[in-house]
Amino acid sequence: MLHLTINGTSHDVDAEPDTPLLWVIRDTIGMTGTKYGCGIQQCGACTVHIDGVATRSCGMPVSLAVGKQITTIEGLAQNGTLNAVQQAWIDHDVPQCGYCQSGMIMAVTALLKKKPKATDADIDRELTNICRCGTYQQIRAAIHSITAKA
Amino acid sequence: MNYQPKFDRRSFIVASAAAVSGLSVGFHIPFGDEADAALSEPEVNAWVVVKPDETVVIRVARSEMGQGTLTGLCQMVAEELDCQWSKVTYEFPTPGENVARKRVWGDFFTAGSQGIRSSNQLVRKGGAAARMMLVQAAANQWKVPVSECVASAGTITHQPSNRTITYGKVASAAAEVEPPTDIPLKDPKDWTIIGKGLKRLDTPDKTQGKTIYGIDIRLPGMLYASFKACPVNGGKIKSFNAAKITGRKGVTKVVQVEDYGVAVIADSWWRAKTALDAMPIAWDNGPGAKDSDESIAAWLKQGLDSDDGLVGNKGGDVKAGLASAAKTVEAVYAYPYQAHATMEPQNATARYTPDRCEVWCSTQNGEAALATASEACGLPVPKCEVYKTFLGGGFGRRATSQDFVRVAVLIAKQMPGTPIKTLWTREEDMTHDWYHPVTQCKITAGLDKDNNLVAIHYRISGQSILAGVMPARLQNGKDPATFSGFYPGGEEAAYPYTVPNILVDHSMRNPHLHPGFWRGVNINHNAIYIESFMDELAKEVGMDALEFRRKLMTKHPLHLASLNAVAEKGDWGKPLPAGSGRGLAVAMAFGSYVAACAEVTVDGNKVKINRIVAATNPGYGVNPAQIERQVAGSFVYGLTALFMGGIDVKGGRVEQENFNTYQMMKIRHMPKVEVTVMPSGGFWGGVGEPTICVAAPAVLNAITAATGKRYRTFPLRKQGLTLV
Repeated sequence: MLHLTINGTSHDVDAEPDTPLLWVIRDTIGMTGTKYGCGIQQCGACTVHIDGVATRSCGMPVSLAVGKQITTIEGLAQNGTLNAVQQAWIDHDVPQCGYCQSGMIMAVTALLKKKPKATDADIDRELTNICRCGTYQQIRAAIHSITAKA
Repeated sequence: MNYQPKFDRRSFIVASAAAVSGLSVGFHIPFGDEADAALSEPEVNAWVVVKPDETVVIRVARSEMGQGTLTGLCQMVAEELDCQWSKVTYEFPTPGENVARKRVWGDFFTAGSQGIRSSNQLVRKGGAAARMMLVQAAANQWKVPVSECVASAGTITHQPSNRTITYGKVASAAAEVEPPTDIPLKDPKDWTIIGKGLKRLDTPDKTQGKTIYGIDIRLPGMLYASFKACPVNGGKIKSFNAAKITGRKGVTKVVQVEDYGVAVIADSWWRAKTALDAMPIAWDNGPGAKDSDESIAAWLKQGLDSDDGLVGNKGGDVKAGLASAAKTVEAVYAYPYQAHATMEPQNATARYTPDRCEVWCSTQNGEAALATASEACGLPVPKCEVYKTFLGGGFGRRATSQDFVRVAVLIAKQMPGTPIKTLWTREEDMTHDWYHPVTQCKITAGLDKDNNLVAIHYRISGQSILAGVMPARLQNGKDPATFSGFYPGGEEAAYPYTVPNILVDHSMRNPHLHPGFWRGVNINHNAIYIESFMDELAKEVGMDALEFRRKLMTKHPLHLASLNAVAEKGDWGKPLPAGSGRGLAVAMAFGSYVAACAEVTVDGNKVKINRIVAATNPGYGVNPAQIERQVAGSFVYGLTALFMGGIDVKGGRVEQENFNTYQMMKIRHMPKVEVTVMPSGGFWGGVGEPTICVAAPAVLNAITAATGKRYRTFPLRKQGLTLV
């Protein structure tokens, strides 16, 4: 048994230590907001926070997440209140199919925590998640609406 | 104000959302024996349920894969229903229910940018009929003539007495009213919900990880399967050694899938996947193994001059026109295979018993999924059911072939009673796609002594989608869809120009890879052939590319209006620094008139797209804000393919397996896209696809304007160009 802390809740899970964290979150624990897109850390659909750092969970052995604070998309809202990124996503109606957006929101949340006034250059350099619907223009506008207030 | 669909022992609510609007949307996925458990009761009619708390549930038959049809269709029903938009929520009826109710919801097929346009009459009448029944029910209750009652924003008023009653109070009685047969629709000038850029209904869930896609289905006792098919399409399994993985933790069973695939079933997908990877499999790759990019290209090249052309558009006498021309110009273009690469890899969950087969999946075609399930398991359609989820992208991949359903059912059938989720790896998904077809095109044009275009011959050589996916739709062996964008007229994809002598013909050559509908479909390459070569001709005669087009477009005013709009807004003709250039493209696609003006800067091998101005006239625009976003996104899809895409074939196998070798545009590549939505009214055009076809030619023409160099084979990565 491995002991994980996800969104502040403890979970004991039966999984091989080298199982990617993504599959433990999705299949073993049953939280499906974190998505599988590529399995090789290219697309970012599986992005979660490990101690606040955006991490692609498809490439992280679950054993390395033991003892860390894991946050998933389900854990961003506090007492029913969405975080600023989620709210900006709603205000700008960002998602199309929406499949990549959990990972996108996790990546942007971590970026803005690190750089509240992230510039376009910061966004271009650090936001490497793939959106096949091409919502990038709305994503940028949504981020700008947050950085303008920071 | 919370709405949850009926919950009983047979049903299963897998997600619900406290939407920010205050509405709660329950997304109901039944798990049981009765299809009607999927639907909340009572309904006013098939389209509309009004709950006692005034929540309006609108039933949406078409699939939501990001294109916004869900919200657009709800707007159309709500418009005629005259309800309050803030009370609207939705549910997906099942394909089985549609069959049982004599297809009351019409076609479930969601492709060809048809979601809104082909169902507009049906859904608007559904909303209008429900309103008429609600008003009649109120009139009956008040014992007054229905002509004295009017409805607005979910409230019915008896005008002489000023009495009012809300929809929710008369919904049950309305369900008993005889449905009207004469159902007048509103004049478009009276629309208040259609034509508004309302927020999507599905956004709040999608920002919280609450939306359920096929991959997210979880059922009691469910197991997981990982699947591999022969890496060469058409090949078979020779042997596999299940003993090698016997006893691995969590592994339940190894099953063969017909003669071409094998799957491992386990208690988690990761255990299934790693066990399958560890199992020795020998393949008989079959005749496709001798195909490669080079052999396919050589075969298609022969088709550029062969005498087997199937004619798609013919006017005048092109042979005579070319013979008498003062000058002829010729060019050969080629467009490669492309994979869909939906963000959600193919998957489906199936439960089979000898009496019933149920499938949960992301599909663009619920009824095809149902038919596929029935055929795969051997039970008749009434004993099968499909529950649709949201789609993590479609782009045509989930539209025709329901291979992901077939595979899942064939696997589940080998463990009766156990629900099994079959998920393809990204690698399996990318190497077993139904690809954008491969084509080449030889264009020969004749110019008279005054530089007028007097004759043009387009010879397309290559793969037919219909021959691969719907051979019944071929007409005397010809694939009419191959000529998308070249049609002499009509409502779908008319050629933008008038040329006195024209011939467009197709030498059909179908390599072993499956072709498929891929967002934009045939007009993606056809528009490159038409619009890149138009610029070549303009350059040949030393004319401005816009003026050269305008001369040929006098009989095509709607095409011209879109072209003029982008030329004006895109600063066509204004000076640019050296190394920068602008390019134009225009088309009619999926019933809409679209154009783009791109501006690029080229520095060595690096291409930067500074700006794209796009215009679309879809006739009626149901949600202009969503149209803008679809257009912007379509450029990402089209330009990703142009620069980074291209599927390569070697030894019959697809070489690209994942996003490391099949790369995607990211936010840093995204040009500024300025969209003009210019609905003229009078017709219903599509939105999801049309503008993708002008993306590539506008950018290609801009690159040539910037560099003087013309690119005719793609993707551009193979020409050494990098999008930055």
